[in-house]
Amino acid sequence: MPGVTPAPQRSDVVVEIGGLPIRLRSGDSAFIRLIQERYAGYTSSLKDASFDFDIELAPPGTESGDEDLRVTWNSGRWLMERGDFRAEWNPSTARGRIEQTINPYSLDSVLRIVHTLLLARKGGFLVHAASAIRNGRAFLFAGVSGAGKTTMARLAPPDAALLTDEISYVARQDGRYFALGTPFFGELARAGENLRAPIECVYLLAKGPENKIEPIAGADAVRGLLGNILFFARDPRFVKLVFNAAFDFVTRVPVRRLTFVPDSRVWELIV
Amino acid sequence: MSTKRYVARSTAIAARALGEETMVMSATNSTLFTLNEVATVIWEAADGATPLEEIVANKICIEYDVTPEVAMKDAEALVAELAEHGLLLLSDQPIPQSKVVAA
Repeated sequence: MPGVTPAPQRSDVVVEIGGLPIRLRSGDSAFIRLIQERYAGYTSSLKDASFDFDIELAPPGTESGDEDLRVTWNSGRWLMERGDFRAEWNPSTARGRIEQTINPYSLDSVLRIVHTLLLARKGGFLVHAASAIRNGRAFLFAGVSGAGKTTMARLAPPDAALLTDEISYVARQDGRYFALGTPFFGELARAGENLRAPIECVYLLAKGPENKIEPIAGADAVRGLLGNILFFARDPRFVKLVFNAAFDFVTRVPVRRLTFVPDSRVWELIV
Repeated sequence: MSTKRYVARSTAIAARALGEETMVMSATNSTLFTLNEVATVIWEAADGATPLEEIVANKICIEYDVTPEVAMKDAEALVAELAEHGLLLLSDQPIPQSKVVAA
């Protein structure tokens, strides 16, 4: 029909992590397929999502080399910026927008940020930790890069369900803490199983000459946990929420130090 | 005549008691401090209305085996460090309650 331009077709996919469905919409169907592959096991065809994000793809090579991430609260919106993406999200309208090049890593970062912001309001958090379910209980293995998270994941016995080797999802529900699987992976390069279980213990990882577990109490437990929690926003209200979440967590869940030799015998201690 | 100094807990912090200690985090730069038992007493008394000298005399010297001179010197060093990190406010005038966080 003359004078009428059809609206560009937009594809979408719902990525559900931690039970929170987020719809991602793009005019590039190939990118949606990339998202479906990247988040396999965490996608659904739900008609209703809690939040909607429109993704606008920038041409390759337009990203800057700025690796500093800035997450700020401005006029009712969270703004997230790094050299490879710019995103905004309005929690009130449940809508957001992401500008990025066609790669899955920028979106991964935005999803991690959104989940940390949402979890903090409910007493939960994302933490640098591998996690696995064994005998119906979840165990977390926290540490910085090189501490042994992926090693613990690789050494896990067949009866352990791996939730992630990199970023663990900790949710609080009715005063209890649960670990949930995430598609956020490290060197293992595969998503965790989409399962959940009550958290039995958090181990702070250290490599050493023998396998041993030591209790960590009080301030050291809070400090150790906080050192591994993902902390994107420097907004004072957010910092207080995360601090209180970590504090409440260590009053209910044991935090221990796991010194280990990197072989499968370490899992004999995790029961 | 010496000038009275008033101390107040900043509102830009998150703090929780843990046994006889207190953990305090700066909400602006996420710096984390652990206050020991004596520092916790000063922290909890830092209401912006009570001079530091009075806190030391009434809360520290009475409860702990320490001379007023040593207690005051330690207290001054503590509040100076906490103020440097934005956790405490220092003033030679009483500090309005609107700028003080509850203990």
